[in-house]
Amino acid sequence: MSTDVTVSTSAVAINDVSVRFQSKRAEVTAIQQVSLDVAPGEFVSIVGPSGCGKSTLLKLVSGLLAPSSGTVTLLGEQVRGPRHDIGFVFQRAALLEWRSARRNILLQAEMRGMNSAEAGKRADELIEMTGLSGFENALPHELSGGMQQRVALCRALLHQPRVLLMDEPFGALDALTREQMNVELHRVWRETGTTVLLVTHSIAESVYLANRVIVLTRRPAVVNEIIEVDLPADRDYSATMARPEFASATAHIRDLLGAVTGHD
Amino acid sequence: MNTVQADRWRGVVERTWRPAALLAACLAIWHLVTVTGLVEAYLVPSPAKTFGLLVDKWSYLSGHTWVTTYETILGFVIAGILGVLMAVAMVYSRTVESTAYPILLFAQVIPKIAIAPLFVVWLGFGFEPKVIVAVLMAFFPVVISTVTGLKSVDTEMLELAATMGGGPVKTFVKIRFPAALPHLFAGLKVAVTLAVTGAVVGEFVGSNEGLGYVILQANGNMDTPMLFAGLIVISLVGVLLFLLLDLAEKLMLPWHASRRGAAVTTLLAKGGS
Repeated sequence: MSTDVTVSTSAVAINDVSVRFQSKRAEVTAIQQVSLDVAPGEFVSIVGPSGCGKSTLLKLVSGLLAPSSGTVTLLGEQVRGPRHDIGFVFQRAALLEWRSARRNILLQAEMRGMNSAEAGKRADELIEMTGLSGFENALPHELSGGMQQRVALCRALLHQPRVLLMDEPFGALDALTREQMNVELHRVWRETGTTVLLVTHSIAESVYLANRVIVLTRRPAVVNEIIEVDLPADRDYSATMARPEFASATAHIRDLLGAVTGHD
Repeated sequence: MNTVQADRWRGVVERTWRPAALLAACLAIWHLVTVTGLVEAYLVPSPAKTFGLLVDKWSYLSGHTWVTTYETILGFVIAGILGVLMAVAMVYSRTVESTAYPILLFAQVIPKIAIAPLFVVWLGFGFEPKVIVAVLMAFFPVVISTVTGLKSVDTEMLELAATMGGGPVKTFVKIRFPAALPHLFAGLKVAVTLAVTGAVVGEFVGSNEGLGYVILQANGNMDTPMLFAGLIVISLVGVLLFLLLDLAEKLMLPWHASRRGAAVTTLLAKGGS
């Protein structure tokens, strides 16, 4: 590991952050005084009712959105504009239709002006790691939804970001593909040691993948509870699903989400 | 391989026989109407006479065709470049958009034929006023389609670009402009046909060469065969330029949804052989 000064501090520190939007009639508070610390190498899932501001949280961390109050610190440096030291995966793969899978991955390198030989080597490794071999030259419309998301994941990992932000990356996939992608993401996370913030609607996914699950309330979102996931580091999918700790964690989160949606 | 070629030919035949049949039917009606004397020959000449004249007077017509084609292409290219630049400025700057849009619309609704004489007064009888009218006709669809194209890019894609840190120039070159190309081509195809009209309108107003001049001369002499021949050549110029753009689009955007049907058919044909 590198002896970087930021190693001792959090990878992501969200400190008393609020986000307010001005709508036609009134001021809407999307997020209210949320604080959160994510340790380097940690996998944190964020769940909450629809439209509660989960995605907003990721935009704050990436610097695509500025908080109305409070501070966001990424890798020891306060976020003041779009940050380049992260990888971002959206629900839609957002691939360029005219580029092959491999060239879509390499867009990351071209935009950053990375050494093309190194980037190419790295892209090939990622293609191998995510099971995209044989589809390097396929255009996005020739790929299935799962394959497209793999390309988006490779693109987000190409520059070896220390923080990976994922906004419902598997939301549009069918249940089976989603499980496969979960297994692969778990393996990729274990292999790369990247810090991951995952926004998801799937309770099972949030528990299976994460060290901690942040449960948000409905808008204005505040942190309802932070659940420590008590599962082994290396997780086999079906074995994990069968564990009592998994069942109790998912049941607890389901209760929390049910409770917050059932109140009014 | 042979089956692939056979399939391809069958495809070509399948695509072309209907329009070809319709064209043949039109020609047949035209022929019948004129040979039966239903319409006087001095009003509508027979197809045989018209096409005969086209061939006989080709040396005369070809010179004028070239003039009109030259004016059209020059006007189209200028309109294309200016239109794209204008669209880029409008998309990237609110101020430019709000300032230029009303004027652009105003310039578009002015009948070009009404301002064409002004350009003749200012610039004389050379090719310049024709090119300007062609530019004015072709400019608007290019701007509108390019603006639409540049604005249709995924916001997520642009956000992603922001996190990649390539800066606005790389984002434009690698993401925004290529994404706008299908819209741009749609605009260019409309523009090129309008540029032909513009050039001919310019020639109507004041010139001593070009197909507009040929038609005006023929009109003055009651030379309807020459009038028809001129019309046919003008249409052919427009169609040819349109097809060239269509071909360019096919070559440049094989990935686009509107082209995918063809690609899939080829793929299936390849797989089947």
